[in-house]
Amino acid sequence: MSAAVSIKHLGFRYPGQNNDTFTGLNLEVGPGERFGLFGPNGAGKTTLMNCMTGLLDFQQGSIHLFEQDIARHKKTTNRLFGFVPQDFSFYQELSPAENLAFFGAWYGLTKTEINNKTTELLEVLQLQDVRNKAVQKFSGGMKRRVNLAIGVMHNPRVLFLDEPTVGVDVHTRHAIITYLKALNNNGTTLIYTSHQLSEAEDLCNRIAMIDDGKILVHDSIEQLLIDHEEEGLEGLFISLTGKNLRDA
Amino acid sequence: MYKLWATIVKDIQILTRDKLGLIFMFVMPIVLAIVITAVQNSTFEMLNTNRVPMLLCNKDTGAAGKQLVTAISKVGMFDLKMVEAKENIKSISERMHAKDAVIAIIIPDNFTAKIEQKADDIAHKALKNMGLDIDSASKATDSVEPITLLYHPVLQESFRHSIQGALKSSLQVVQSKQVLKSIYFSLNEKELPGSLENEMLNNQVAINEVPVSRDGSRNIPNASQHNVPAWTVFAMFFIVISLGGSVVREKLNGSFIRLKTLPTNYIVALISKQLTYLFVTLVQAGVVFAIGVWLFPSMGLPKLNLPSDITGVFIVSLICGWCAVSYAIMIGVFAQTQEQANGIGAVSIVLMAAIGGLLVPSFAMPDSFQFVMKMSPLHWCLEAYYGLFLEGGKLGDVVLNILPLLGITFVIQAITLYGLKRKNLI
Repeated sequence: MSAAVSIKHLGFRYPGQNNDTFTGLNLEVGPGERFGLFGPNGAGKTTLMNCMTGLLDFQQGSIHLFEQDIARHKKTTNRLFGFVPQDFSFYQELSPAENLAFFGAWYGLTKTEINNKTTELLEVLQLQDVRNKAVQKFSGGMKRRVNLAIGVMHNPRVLFLDEPTVGVDVHTRHAIITYLKALNNNGTTLIYTSHQLSEAEDLCNRIAMIDDGKILVHDSIEQLLIDHEEEGLEGLFISLTGKNLRDA
Repeated sequence: MYKLWATIVKDIQILTRDKLGLIFMFVMPIVLAIVITAVQNSTFEMLNTNRVPMLLCNKDTGAAGKQLVTAISKVGMFDLKMVEAKENIKSISERMHAKDAVIAIIIPDNFTAKIEQKADDIAHKALKNMGLDIDSASKATDSVEPITLLYHPVLQESFRHSIQGALKSSLQVVQSKQVLKSIYFSLNEKELPGSLENEMLNNQVAINEVPVSRDGSRNIPNASQHNVPAWTVFAMFFIVISLGGSVVREKLNGSFIRLKTLPTNYIVALISKQLTYLFVTLVQAGVVFAIGVWLFPSMGLPKLNLPSDITGVFIVSLICGWCAVSYAIMIGVFAQTQEQANGIGAVSIVLMAAIGGLLVPSFAMPDSFQFVMKMSPLHWCLEAYYGLFLEGGKLGDVVLNILPLLGITFVIQAITLYGLKRKNLI
């Protein structure tokens, strides 16, 4: 079966920078995987995710989603994936239902599909009671759930999640993780970044450690812990990336 | 098509929830139109209806002095207050400081004698020139002592010039009368008959004032006809505050990042914004025009007379609105922050209004500004509206104003697309 995401010899440099962020980076994520991308601040996690979602144009190499080249077939590949950015990516003046109606139309869904999916998502993510209230008055946790709902509106085959649980309480985190697992059980591939290593153990079945634009290791959590003789992900993280603080 | 419809619905929802923005878009042009029209209307009334208070001190005891006073009173511009002959410049100035009048005239004490002397001299020269030199004893004449015109500094220069013109005209009547009398006396050795004097001096050619209009109507343009279209154009372009800010907000907040990952081109969002805000500009124009027609008369302001070509007004409003919306989007695309969009947007609109003839009439612009003026889209909007509202023209008459406006709009659209492409937004 073709890979959900296949990155080959990726080269990327931000305009005006002297050094490459990525040089010859390779990575493959299989369909149905729950893949975590971890690393210290400034390691290149978000940049890699932006390259995979087409937000950044890379200079070298290729990225394929289910064998579709994202550089050549942007419109087609944009239908294959959903994206949940770290920032709240919706209109705060609108209600959850209004946001879903707008973004649903932009995903290419019909009015009926939008209505059905809106009811389903608001129910599952426990936003039914506030479906017609302006999002700007919501708590951080509620906004995170709206952010997630918009990303999965069109039943994507791959879902990119950039820190989807940052700044939320335990209950919201649990609700989000549970929902993501259910989504994965229905066949959606998850590609996920976070600083919460405990979440990785709970959610991911394979991870990659990234630092300074290079993938240091990638394998299942169990195998990585055995290979590096560590008891937990935090120890593995420190042993691979060092103890220096990263403020970039 | 459903994508565009959903985007328009989204834009309308966001627009209608921005109460402050709505107030700014609709209340500001109404207030501007009312205030500026009221101010300009009172100036018109002061010039046309009210009389300017004038102090007149006639130190002369002769006939010419009296004739000059009569001539000035017949001008109709002044509310004459006679002051005693013993008063001087200082005391009259004090009266003016006390706001008794904004203008004063002092006729010198030997005015009649000097005028008669000067008239005799001119008559003598004229007769000599014609070979009818009856009395060869020509006397040397002293120059006539000038009439003193005192004016309050608040008086605008243009108004002062018109007062001077009226005064010179009155003076001309008195001088001509004396010259005529003198020539008549020299030829006939008797006084000029009163009936002949009146016929020769007062039977002047009348001036028939006709405002130039394309539809042949003789409606005299009022302050509303000037101001309502002008401030409607200004308000349309001031949409830059709301729309430019909206584009920047969308760019800066996360929604834009998500939009870029969706299988829909951002051009759809731009078309939606253009349609939504174009509708807003048309409503703005409709509201301001309606107020000019129905509310102004009840406020004591002149009624706005709508042109006969309402379709023309609609099309001109549509094109002006489209240009305004295009400009606002361009500012939003290039601005990095909302403050930048608001600042650059507002200042540029005021500048374009100034050079475009909204604040100062375009004919009053220096030659060096005539080219720059044509670069302002507000100038072409105003000219197109004036063609309809002031000149009574039809759409065909203002095509030459619409075409440059469309040209500017296309250039703005092209710059916007270039900006979006350069910023990797489309």
